[in-house]
Amino acid sequence: MFIVTYRKIFFTISIIAIAISFYAMATKGFNAGIDFKGGSIIEVSYLPVGASAQVGDKQRPDIETLTKALNETGFEGSRIQMAGENDVIVKTRALSEEDRQKLTSTIAFSGFTMEEKKFSSIGPTIGAELRTKAWYAIALVILGIVLFIAYAFRHVSEPIPSWKYGMITTATLLHDIIVPAGVFVWLGKEVDSLFVIALLAIMGLSVHDTIVVFDRIRENLKLKISNDFATTVGTSLRQTFTRSINTSVTTMLVLGTLYFFGPTSTKDFSLILWLGIAVGTYSSVFIASPLLVLMEKRQAR
Amino acid sequence: MWKTRIWALLLLIIGAGIGYFIYASEPKLHEGKTVNGQAFAEKFPFRLGLDLSGGVQLVYQADVTSVKPGEVKNAMDSLRDVIERRVNTFGVSEPIVQIEEKGGITGPVEERLLVELPGITDVKNAVAMIGQTPKLEFMTERSKAEIDAYNKAIEKLQADQEAGKPLNVPAVVLSGPYQPTELNGRFLERAVLEFDQTTREPIVSIVFNKQGSDLFAELTKANVGRTIAIYLDREMGNSEPISAPVVREAILGGKAQITGKFTAIEAKTLVGRLNSGALPVDKLELLSTQTISAPLGAQALTAGIWAGVWGLVIVAVFLVLWYRLPGLVSVVALAIYVVMMLTLFKFFGVTLTAAGIAGFILSIGMAVDANILIFERTKEELRKGHGVHEAIREGFARAWTSIRDSNISSIITAVILFWFGTSLIKGFALTFGIGVIVSMLTAISISRTLLFALPFSGHGSFVRALFGSGFIKLK
Repeated sequence: MFIVTYRKIFFTISIIAIAISFYAMATKGFNAGIDFKGGSIIEVSYLPVGASAQVGDKQRPDIETLTKALNETGFEGSRIQMAGENDVIVKTRALSEEDRQKLTSTIAFSGFTMEEKKFSSIGPTIGAELRTKAWYAIALVILGIVLFIAYAFRHVSEPIPSWKYGMITTATLLHDIIVPAGVFVWLGKEVDSLFVIALLAIMGLSVHDTIVVFDRIRENLKLKISNDFATTVGTSLRQTFTRSINTSVTTMLVLGTLYFFGPTSTKDFSLILWLGIAVGTYSSVFIASPLLVLMEKRQAR
Repeated sequence: MWKTRIWALLLLIIGAGIGYFIYASEPKLHEGKTVNGQAFAEKFPFRLGLDLSGGVQLVYQADVTSVKPGEVKNAMDSLRDVIERRVNTFGVSEPIVQIEEKGGITGPVEERLLVELPGITDVKNAVAMIGQTPKLEFMTERSKAEIDAYNKAIEKLQADQEAGKPLNVPAVVLSGPYQPTELNGRFLERAVLEFDQTTREPIVSIVFNKQGSDLFAELTKANVGRTIAIYLDREMGNSEPISAPVVREAILGGKAQITGKFTAIEAKTLVGRLNSGALPVDKLELLSTQTISAPLGAQALTAGIWAGVWGLVIVAVFLVLWYRLPGLVSVVALAIYVVMMLTLFKFFGVTLTAAGIAGFILSIGMAVDANILIFERTKEELRKGHGVHEAIREGFARAWTSIRDSNISSIITAVILFWFGTSLIKGFALTFGIGVIVSMLTAISISRTLLFALPFSGHGSFVRALFGSGFIKLK
């Protein structure tokens, strides 16, 4: 199988991808959402009224007007973002109920009716707590999966021990979350709870994919289809190849509909999952199994 | 053979039945026309999270530093009860008031109160009402003439209501049969639940402080044989007293007992309510607020539904084109899977959020994966020269370990997410986790039974073409 033969090329591609991702994270940094660092976000919709409601007139106050008004009332450093035709999103520090009322009156201008569509304020305590929890959850999922794989493959100890399958699964799993996370950071997308859910789901799916290939290797080892480990792995890969591609294609189609037709709140979520599945399929075929061969070769020496 | 076919028919009928249930339970699906069984099915609506229904979510932190460690739970329970009573006066359907204990692993234990008010977006009013100190009032009966006038007015109102006349509420009804006194919750030291030594019946004991004892003595002296009504948060619309005991004799020592025919649980609730007037929890701090307007929520819901529908259609087209006959069978199994999931959501009242819908849509991908694994395996067996039935049987048997092990890893992820997560993450983990389990069962049992029930077997080239896939021709 060419994948096993040319494994060095694929290893190199992945190493470069990981390096670029780390570079992106180090230079651009995570753009933490308000649920991780605390803060407020308000989304309002404006509608021009009276004389200014003519066609072609502006649909909402412009950024300068908003910035000026916000700076004058003590909301310095707020970030203003335009959304859709009539909407404005303002991000600022965590607000008390009084502050919120002050903010809504600040951004209400004559000539427009304003409707508050969405408001969230998250205190720094909850933010810090969610951040810690996110790390714990990621660590726990990894641990759970390594233990499970070591258990599921316990009868396979030749030519490489079962815990190595676990190690390789973990390595590919890290690969599968680092690369999409890097792309996300590069795009400057916001890192929030949904982002972490997406990463965790990618981990689950990545392992899912890897297990299917490993399971075939496990079966072929039992059947002793070849004396050469590399050939066994290559055959197993060829046998599971169509399945890997088809499953990923269907899941990616489903996520594509979620991206294009789904709610705005889960758009970024479906995008990162989409990326994760693409990377995950690649790694389960082009990285995980060739790594097994590498391990076996190292061991033989 | 026939046994399998009967099973297959049964499965299809059950699937259609569940599908009909979903159809009947959502009036929008049949455009308001009444259909059979609608009344029953509508008892199980989907429960929508705030991000889809619109509303307010408030998270409060309760300061319990002055509460004794052993009594924190009781204090939080009565706080929850008080807030729930207030929230009920908003007239919200299905409000949620829930205690959350945070920390333990990640820091010191913190007592939180989560309040969700679907359909309400007036944060200002909600925050003002919830954050207020509970107010306990002791009130005495008005004069005989006034009570007569009150009762008459009430009777007239009831008669008017039955006659369908416009209601004109007179002042005498608004002020109620009781009049305010100086005695209130500030003078109450504590209330405790006790049991009568002989009858073993629950008793609520209340103890007033020095000043309160004097006030209470005066009140009881003046009202022997009449009732004293105790109100909690009367000004916020709780117009029923929490208790209205009759005064048997003047009570001088500042210690009183309320006896009556209440169960231990009712007595406990009363104690909690009385104590909440004495403020067990020092302060409520608002940690986070989230509001979503109802139109925005409805928009997200519609988008989520359409994404699900399109996702299914595209997957179905792909399955039929690529896997032909087995593909068609798996589409039927997938449809049964979807209606089963929707029914589970309805029966168990799973709260659906945007993240939850995403989890469900993702689980469709998993459900398809199991089918793909099986079909690929079946195709391999066909290539080896097996007959169709034998190939299907082998295909299932050999794909099973893959399906099992890979799904277990997804379930591990879902369980950890659920255990660890905030409500947003829990919503995703729950739908995803249930989805993975149910999809595994439907792929194994439903697809399998349906495939075996098909009248195809043997080695004919037409049959082989039906069971082939993609661009590959089976020899």
